[in-house]
Amino acid sequence: MEKKVVATSSLAGCFGCHMSLLDIDERILELIELVEFDKSPVNDVKKFSRRVDIGLIEGGCCNEENVHVLKEFRAQCKVLVSVGECAIMGGLQAIRNTIPLKECLDEAYLNGPSVKGCNEESIIPNDEELPVILNKVYPCHEIVKIDYHLPGCPPSADLIWNALRALVLDEKMEMPYELVKYD
Amino acid sequence: MRNAPIIQDSAMIESPEIMPAKSKLQHEVSTILEHYQHDKTRLMDILIDIQDENGYIPAEAIDYLSHELNISTVDIRQTVSFYHFFSETPRGKYTIYLNDSAVANMNGRKAVSKTFEKEAGISFGSVTEDGLIGLFNTSCIGMNDQEPAALINGAVFTRLTPFRASEIIRDIRAGKQVEEMFVASYGDGNNSSEFIKAVVNNHIMKRGPVLSDQFKPGEGIKEIVKMSPEDVIKEVKISNIRGRGGAGFPTGLKWEFCRNAADQTRYIFCNADEGEPGTFKDRVILTEKPFMLFEGMVIAGYAIGAKEGILYLRYEYKYLKKHLENALQKIRKLKLLGKNILGKKGFNFDIRIQFGAGAYVCGEESALIESAEGKRGEPRDRPPFPVEKGYLEKPTVVNNVETLCSIVKIIKNGGEWYKNLGTKESTGTKVLSISCDCRYPGIYEVEWGFSVNDILDMVGGDDVQAVQVGGPSGSCIAPNEFNRTLCYTDLATGGSLIIIGNHRDLLKGIILNFMDFFIDESCGSCTPCRILTVLLRDKLKKIIEGRGVMQDLEDMEDWGKIMKANRCGLGLTAANPILTTLKNFKNLYLNKIQINKDYDTGFRLDEALREGMKASNRKVSVLENK
Ligand SMILES: Cc1cc2nc3c(=O)[nH]c(=O)nc-3n(C[C@H](O)[C@H](O)[C@H](O)COP(=O)(O)O)c2cc1C
Ligand code: SF4
Ligand code: SF4
Repeated sequence: MEKKVVATSSLAGCFGCHMSLLDIDERILELIELVEFDKSPVNDVKKFSRRVDIGLIEGGCCNEENVHVLKEFRAQCKVLVSVGECAIMGGLQAIRNTIPLKECLDEAYLNGPSVKGCNEESIIPNDEELPVILNKVYPCHEIVKIDYHLPGCPPSADLIWNALRALVLDEKMEMPYELVKYD
Repeated sequence: MRNAPIIQDSAMIESPEIMPAKSKLQHEVSTILEHYQHDKTRLMDILIDIQDENGYIPAEAIDYLSHELNISTVDIRQTVSFYHFFSETPRGKYTIYLNDSAVANMNGRKAVSKTFEKEAGISFGSVTEDGLIGLFNTSCIGMNDQEPAALINGAVFTRLTPFRASEIIRDIRAGKQVEEMFVASYGDGNNSSEFIKAVVNNHIMKRGPVLSDQFKPGEGIKEIVKMSPEDVIKEVKISNIRGRGGAGFPTGLKWEFCRNAADQTRYIFCNADEGEPGTFKDRVILTEKPFMLFEGMVIAGYAIGAKEGILYLRYEYKYLKKHLENALQKIRKLKLLGKNILGKKGFNFDIRIQFGAGAYVCGEESALIESAEGKRGEPRDRPPFPVEKGYLEKPTVVNNVETLCSIVKIIKNGGEWYKNLGTKESTGTKVLSISCDCRYPGIYEVEWGFSVNDILDMVGGDDVQAVQVGGPSGSCIAPNEFNRTLCYTDLATGGSLIIIGNHRDLLKGIILNFMDFFIDESCGSCTPCRILTVLLRDKLKKIIEGRGVMQDLEDMEDWGKIMKANRCGLGLTAANPILTTLKNFKNLYLNKIQINKDYDTGFRLDEALREGMKASNRKVSVLENK
C-alpha cells in the first residue's frame, strides 16, 4: 500500500497539540510505516512539496499569516482536520474577542502595568515584517472548510492516534467515552 | 495622649448625631418605599418611580434600596439590567426612544433617525454631553399603523418625518415641555380625552362585539351576581372561546383548573404586554374599552375565586395610565369594583395596574408573573403551571386583554350566541392589527374564518409579496397560501398581520430585523435561544451579502430544529422568520447563494485586517507586501 502523506501546522496554538501527537510514544514507529510527513514541525519541513492526503491544524487564526497558512493547507490537503480547542473554537486567545482590538493593543503595549511609561513613543508594533493582527481570533472553520474536528485541549494521544489510523486505513474511528470526556 | 483621638473617633462613630444625614435621593427613595409599604415584591414599581424621577437609577439608590428592602445589590441590579427602560446611567433630560421595528423601517425610519443624530450631534445609544438629549432604539411600541413613532419622556410621537425630527430637537433645545411639542391634533376617540391627550390614532376600521358601541358598564357583572362561579365557567366553556393572546388555550378550562386549585388565595392577571411586533389591538381596546376590560377581569375573578386582579401593562403604554386609573375610579363608584360588588355580600374584588419596563418576553405568562413579583422576567419551568402556582406561589390565571373583553359579551349574550360567530373550532371574533403595505391599516374585528385573500380585499392590499401572520413569531406566507383561513386549526394568530408589498426586500428589510428582535429580547436562559438565534442571523446576513452557499440553507433548516429545546414560546418560535421564509420563499434564498461554490465561510481578509492596520497605523499588510 502506498503511504499516505500527512502535513501539520501550528497556527495560533501553544504546540500542546503537537506534543500530544508525540505522546503516541512507541506507536510512532508504527505510524511511520503508515504515513510520510510533508510540511510539518515534526520533521521541520517548511514548505509543501506536493499535494498531501491529510492535514492536521493546531490553533485558530489570530493574524494574517495564520490565514495564509490555513488557506494553503486547504488548497494542498485532501482532508483537513482541526485538532484541539484552539483550532475548533479559538481557544484561550479568543478571550480577546470580547474586547475591542484597539483596547487590547493599548493595554498590551501602552497602558498595562508592565509597559506603562516604558513605551515613550507610544508605538504599537508595526514593523512591516510582522503579520497584521486580525480583528478577532477565528476558529479554522470560519475561514476554510474543515472536514473533521478532534476535540480536546489537547486531544489525547490515543484520540489522535485513532483518528490518524482511521483516516489512513479508511476505517471507522474508535472513540471510546474515556477519550472524549473532559472532566 | 496618643490614644486619645482614636478613642474619640470610635465614640464619634457610635454617636447618633453624626450619622450621615439622609441625602436628597435617599429621601426621595424613602417616600417611594413608603408608598409601596417596603414590599420587595413591588420592586418593579419602585424602580420605575426612581427611573422616572431621575432619568436613571443611580448606584446610590440601589445601595439604599438594598439596605432598606434587605435584598442584595446584585439582586436589584439583575432586575435593573434586564429591562430596556431601566438604566444605571443617565439617559438624558429628554429621552427619545425611536422604534426600530421592521415596519418603522419600511416607513422611512432611517431618514428620521439620521436627522435625530445630526441635529442632536450624537449617535443612537448615547446622550449629549450636556445631558439634555438621549437617543435610543426600542422594539415595536405598538404603533405599527402610524410609524415611524417614538416615545419621548413617555409621550408618543407618531408619523415622524425628518422635518419633524429636527423640529423636535429644536423645541427641546428651546426648553419646551414635551406636550408643547405636539403639532398634530390629538387622535380620534378617547385619545383626545383629558386623561390621555395623545397624538395617537385608533384607526378602528371594523367593529364587532368587542369594539361595538353597544356596551353598557355593568352589563356582564349584573348577570354574574345571579350566577354561581361554576355556572360562569360553564357558560364560558359553552362559548368555546380560546385565548386571544396567541397560545389559544381554552379559557373555560384554564379557569376551571384554577378554581379547582387547593389554595384559596388566587389572582387574575390581564396580560397587556402586547410586545409582538405588529400587534396594537390591545392598545386600542385599552383606549376605548377600559370599562369592558375591567369588567372582564371582575367576571374572571368571580369565576376563579380571586379577590385581586392585576393589569400588567407594558411601559410603552404608560401614557394611558391616568385614563385607566380614572376608569377604575369610575367603576368603583358604580359599585362594579371594590367591596360587595353590586350589593352582593362577600363579592369583593379590586384591580391594580402593574407596569413592565420594556421586555417582550414578559408577555409570556410565567415571565410576566416573575416580573410582577419584582424580578427579572425569565420564564419559569413548567409544571407547575400558573393555575397551580403563579403569582406569589398562588393559583393564577393570565388572560389577554381581548379574551377578557370577549368574556363580557359571552356572559351578557350567552355562550350559545357566541358559538354562532366564527367557525366550529374557532368561535367568536378576532381583533386584528393590520399594518404596512395596504391602503387602510388599522384595527379590524372579524369573525374567525376569514381567508387571507378576504382580508387583503378588505384592507386594500394589492401587489402583495407576503403576509406576516402573527408577528415575527408567526409565519411569513406567500400568495399561493393566501386562501388559507385565520383560525386555530389553520393560521392561528394573536392578531398581527403585516402586509409586505412586492417592492420590499423581504430578507434584508424584514426577516433580518425580526431575527435581531429575537436576539435582543431573548432572556438568555436557554442555550439555543441565546446562541442559535445569533448564528442563524449571521448566516442570513452572509446569504444577503452574497456569500452564502447551499450548505448554509441546509444548516439553517437543521439548526432550526434544535430550537425546540428552548423553554418558552420565544425560543420555540425565534427561528420562524427564517424557517418560514425558507419554506415559502426558497427562491429568494436560492437567488442569493453562490451556485458554483459548495463552501464559503464568508470570511473576508481585508475586513478582518482593517482594525489591526488602523491600530498599528499601517497602510499595507505583509501579504500585500509580498
Ligand atoms: C414571548 C411571548 C410573548 C407573549 N406576549 C403576549 C402578550 O403580549 N400578550 C398576551 O396576551 N399574551 C402573550 N403571550 C402569551 C401568554 O403567555 C399567554 O398565553 C396569554 O397571555 C394567555 O392569555 P389568553 O389565554 O387569554 O390568550 C406571549 C407568549 C410568549 C411566549
Ligand atoms: S488546544 Fe490546547 S493544547 Fe492545543 S494548541 Fe490549543 S491550548 Fe494548546
Ligand atoms: S426560550 Fe429564550 S426567552 Fe424563553 S426562557 Fe429560554 S432563553 Fe429565555
